[in-house]
Amino acid sequence: MTVALCPASTNDLAFSGTARLLPAVPASGHRQSPASTWQQHNARLGPVPLQVAPQLVDLVSAAGLLGRGGGGFPTGTKLAAVAANSSRRNPAVVVANCCEGDPTSSKDAVLLATSPHLVIDGALLAAATTGADRVILAVHKGSRTSADLSQALAARGPQSIEITVVGIPARFVASEATALVRYLNTGDARPAGRLSRIWESGVDGRPTLVDNAETLAQLALIARFGPAWFRQLGTESEPGTALVTVGGAVSRPGVVEVAVGTPLRIILTAAGWVPTGHAGPAWALIGGLAGRWIDLHRATEIGFSADELGLVGGTKGVSSIVVLPAGGCVLTETARILDYLAHSGARQCGPCMFGLPAIAADMASLADADRDALGRLRVRLPVIDKRGGCSHPDGAVALAASALRALTGPDAVHLDLHLRHGGCNSPAAIVPLGGHRTAGNRRENR
Amino acid sequence: MSPKANLLLRVDPLSCRAHGLCAEELPEAIRLDEWGYPMLPTGPLPVHLVRRAKAAANACPVLALRLASVGER
Repeated sequence: MTVALCPASTNDLAFSGTARLLPAVPASGHRQSPASTWQQHNARLGPVPLQVAPQLVDLVSAAGLLGRGGGGFPTGTKLAAVAANSSRRNPAVVVANCCEGDPTSSKDAVLLATSPHLVIDGALLAAATTGADRVILAVHKGSRTSADLSQALAARGPQSIEITVVGIPARFVASEATALVRYLNTGDARPAGRLSRIWESGVDGRPTLVDNAETLAQLALIARFGPAWFRQLGTESEPGTALVTVGGAVSRPGVVEVAVGTPLRIILTAAGWVPTGHAGPAWALIGGLAGRWIDLHRATEIGFSADELGLVGGTKGVSSIVVLPAGGCVLTETARILDYLAHSGARQCGPCMFGLPAIAADMASLADADRDALGRLRVRLPVIDKRGGCSHPDGAVALAASALRALTGPDAVHLDLHLRHGGCNSPAAIVPLGGHRTAGNRRENR
Repeated sequence: MSPKANLLLRVDPLSCRAHGLCAEELPEAIRLDEWGYPMLPTGPLPVHLVRRAKAAANACPVLALRLASVGER
């Protein structure tokens, strides 16, 4: 499929179907050279429309763009806050968050490999809008994405504004916005806390905008085609397309771009999911490691949006779906994930230092037939919730609570198996955890 | 019901080191979790506790606890 596009048209549906961020790549499957990626970007979209900058806050607000890093905060509001604090004497800094900390998600890596210039355009537009004199593309140190972005920048040639690729430690919480800013300032990649007002004083004390890579790419399209075009896809409250990573028990795992609100069935079918015909629940972890367990048998017609997923107790989170195979075990998967989250915290606050290891150990004990662990979890989860220095503990609590709802509801038979026999015959570990922690590698403290 | 002040307790979780002195100063409003970190009431403080809430904030060796106006971050 060749995508034709006229940069001058502001009202046409610029791309066929939903391929806005990820245009069809030539069938060869080979990676394009950095030079040809840049040429194609220019041919499709033309130069970055920096002249739109004075209206961009209004355009982005009218488009209803919500942040795509997981928080879902209105991008126009964030842009306006940074712009209001930026001045000639104290110009803003724009940070494109290209780190993608959640191991279940690869949407930003795919976006940055396929359409790096859309993200760079978005960052340049955000800089022009906020009066920034500096753009930082934050990537995981040594990652493929880091190389992709450096090559893309080189292909663009000299820029009118300072724009650099900065490597961030590949750590789960390091890509949280305040942790990014703190790392850039001090070399310490731990979250700086909920009281940190980075839109007033962030990198080098400057007003700082931190936006996710996909958010900036969407912004670069809104600047070209306008809010009405953007709203042609998606829902009223969550317009546009979204990149979704689908993995686990599917035959074609990968990243798809869909209109927000597209039924799960369509997204899963595109990834090669086949309903098993298995009588019990068909679990998928939706939203990332801080996501929720959703029974696909009851949810195939649910639209992939924060609103609709919220109605069934879910969350859009980092827009990933990991499907468990038939007979997959929510309990052992959750115990693995909690163990990973407990080890990847910044350990600055009580909930992170003590709360997460405790609930990870409880979940592991429950899988090992310790009935009392259920009671301990019911006491500890609400104690930890909302009391951490950042939202990392809250995500772990939400995941654990979701697992308990599954295991005491539709999956009660499965929990009984663990409590009677100390385990189950579930298939091997499914949810990806960034490599360094493996199944069965549990903490011993109770 | 006792009248409420326009003040509430806030703790900075990154600074708090679980010394627990706040809970000794104000056991009516501050409990400690099993690891010794304070669990604070979410709403405004009753007027009659404000003076001792200030004492609790002042007792914190790392100044992690403070009194904030309702609506303040």
